[in-house]
Amino acid sequence: MAIETALPQIKGVKDVPYEELFVSGHRTCQGCESALVMRHMVKASGPRTIVLGSTGCMYVANTTYYTTPWVVPWMHTQLGASGSAALGTAAGLKVLMRKGKLKDEKINVIAFCGDGGGADMGLGAISATLTHKEYNCLVLLYDNESYANTDIQLSSQTPYGAVTTFSPSGSKKRLMHTRWKKNVPGMLAAGHPESRFIAAGCAAYAVDLMNKIRKALEIGGPTFVHTLDPCPKGWDYHPQYSQELGHLAVECGIWPLYEVIDGVCNLTGPTRQIAEGRKKRKPVYEYLKRQGRFAHFIDEDVEHFQAQVDKMWTDWLIPGVIPFTVPAKDQAILKIDKKSKPLHEEPATA
Amino acid sequence: MAVEVKPRESSDVETEQLATGCEAIAEAIRLADVDVMAAYPIRPYDGVMQAAAKLIANGKMDVEYIVADGEHSQFEIVKHACAVGSRVFVGSSGVGWFYAFEAIAVTAGLRLPVVAICGNRALDDPGAFGTEHNDSLAVRDLGWLLPWAETAQEAMDLALMAWRVGEDKRVSLPVAIGLDGAFLTHSQQIVKIPTQAAVNTFLPPFDLGDRLLHPDNPITIAPQVDQDWLMEIRMQNDQAMRKAEGVIREAHADFKKLFGRGGDSPFLDEYMTDDAEVVFFGQGTLALPMKVAIRRLRKEGHKVGLVRLKWFRPFATDEIVKCLSRFKAVGVIDRDYSFGSPYYGGVLYNEVRSALYSQPKRPVVVGFIAGLGGREIEQPMAQEIFEKTKAAASGDLKAGDTCHWIGVRS
Repeated sequence: MAIETALPQIKGVKDVPYEELFVSGHRTCQGCESALVMRHMVKASGPRTIVLGSTGCMYVANTTYYTTPWVVPWMHTQLGASGSAALGTAAGLKVLMRKGKLKDEKINVIAFCGDGGGADMGLGAISATLTHKEYNCLVLLYDNESYANTDIQLSSQTPYGAVTTFSPSGSKKRLMHTRWKKNVPGMLAAGHPESRFIAAGCAAYAVDLMNKIRKALEIGGPTFVHTLDPCPKGWDYHPQYSQELGHLAVECGIWPLYEVIDGVCNLTGPTRQIAEGRKKRKPVYEYLKRQGRFAHFIDEDVEHFQAQVDKMWTDWLIPGVIPFTVPAKDQAILKIDKKSKPLHEEPATA
Repeated sequence: MAVEVKPRESSDVETEQLATGCEAIAEAIRLADVDVMAAYPIRPYDGVMQAAAKLIANGKMDVEYIVADGEHSQFEIVKHACAVGSRVFVGSSGVGWFYAFEAIAVTAGLRLPVVAICGNRALDDPGAFGTEHNDSLAVRDLGWLLPWAETAQEAMDLALMAWRVGEDKRVSLPVAIGLDGAFLTHSQQIVKIPTQAAVNTFLPPFDLGDRLLHPDNPITIAPQVDQDWLMEIRMQNDQAMRKAEGVIREAHADFKKLFGRGGDSPFLDEYMTDDAEVVFFGQGTLALPMKVAIRRLRKEGHKVGLVRLKWFRPFATDEIVKCLSRFKAVGVIDRDYSFGSPYYGGVLYNEVRSALYSQPKRPVVVGFIAGLGGREIEQPMAQEIFEKTKAAASGDLKAGDTCHWIGVRS
């Protein structure tokens, strides 16, 4: 039987492939959303996939000698090397197939990294990879908002004010960490016009995430998907609430879901409903109060957090994507008119 | 950058051309049909990437030529290309080599036969472009094979040897060829370019076998092993390095048969040593000024010669010990430093002394640190090295008394 390598869009949960390519053997925590991202990722990509895993939870806790959970070929790469791993693997496959040294076929290349490996150390290499449009590869950043494998230290993806082992709340300093989260998918989408697909997703919206992975792999060239992964250990909540926190992050407008395909930004899932006014954005307090890492917050911290998120929705050119806008007087000369140019793809006219 | 071209038709005639060390290596890349290479600029190694880029632009070879965003990425890119079965080439110099250090370490741990050049350059700070061997030598403990070239011809020959030996399943280790910055990387010499057919006979296609990362062979490479397995895996690297010496001898014998070059031993190049009492010992291009000195000293009646080391790793201990035990005194010239080491000697000095320790009859070993940062070893310096080694041979200077810095202004 010929191996099916086409990756059509999944219409609903019942349409998701039954086959598991990420199985038992890993040692991740109960309620680990990142492990779920791994499972969805290879479920979406199918068996003709090579996965490169950079150092982090999904290496150390996830991939142990003799108990590897990976059914697909898998290789470790260094903390800052997910971009280079994707590039090198894709380039190797391409040249070997061109020269006839390897059977010419479609092989998906996915390199994953955590927020430390992707948003901090390896950002430069990911950026470089997204400019090499002749190589087909996907970089997936699973963001649990801290260096969760090394004791929960803050990264550039740790939210404002959160407690980590590098930012404890003390008697003198209530907030040790006062940097706002780096806008990684937006930055990469804005900075790499030739990358055909860049998206923000969340495993709490599994079908949406799997479809983003499939689009990234089908469209070709270097692509990028960033997922927000609730982490019971790092965020300090009961493991049974991972999915719920993923939903809340999106519903409170903190983590907008979107995809940028060939220069068109589509808001997806509840984010789109919020933007269209069909759904009301929940207050961020609903999200913050569920997590021990924000337990030291006082009213003014919550207000600051809410104000920053509000600004993202009211002042940004595209909520969660482009963190600036233009003066009203310039909107005409720059032809910015959201009514005539929607942020999502026009439905095909019948 | 990818150029769609047919592989160059193999030429039946060996040609000669004027080439720098870097250009000679680029010819080896073409002849070896390298699949992926990654470039990033730093002098002096990057001459090879410039030469290779020209060959690609002119349709002389078909390689994925990736300009990386830094040396770390450069070495990671080729490491991963190698894991899916590509023959690869990479390189760097000085602090660039150190920027890639993490990737360099894991490449050896992964047993991936990446071939690199290290265009030897002084480390910052302060800045200096010239040659110094501390960049290459920093990886000496990690499982990289480390040959050093003296001439552009040898650079090309060693590169062809590097893929053959590194990719041999008994070895499967990366190779970093040392090329002295400027003296070799950028000096033109006549180089014999072998035929494609001869190279194809010498160098079989790269085959990773059951270690190939491919959906048809769904292996997990480098999972977390912890204390359970790391020691067994480290010992496999040790065994591979032990086997490398024999594999180099085999490859050297084949190379000599096919191309007629390479000398008697793959590891040592001896010059006027037959009746010598005193020899100089070193690696790379310092052989040239020392040979000039030897010819001058011979005219004055001194029995002096040179032993040039061609492979620092693996260190061919038995052969080196046997060779050096023939002499009364050995002057080891280090183009490197190892601050705070035994007797404050250079790296090579302490390696040689360690190798000779258990020998009942051993020469006096005197250490010299010379030519750092690309400084020329001039004849008065060679004379000073000779006089001190000669004094040691007559018992006037004890081994290990001090290590001598040569040609330093006070």
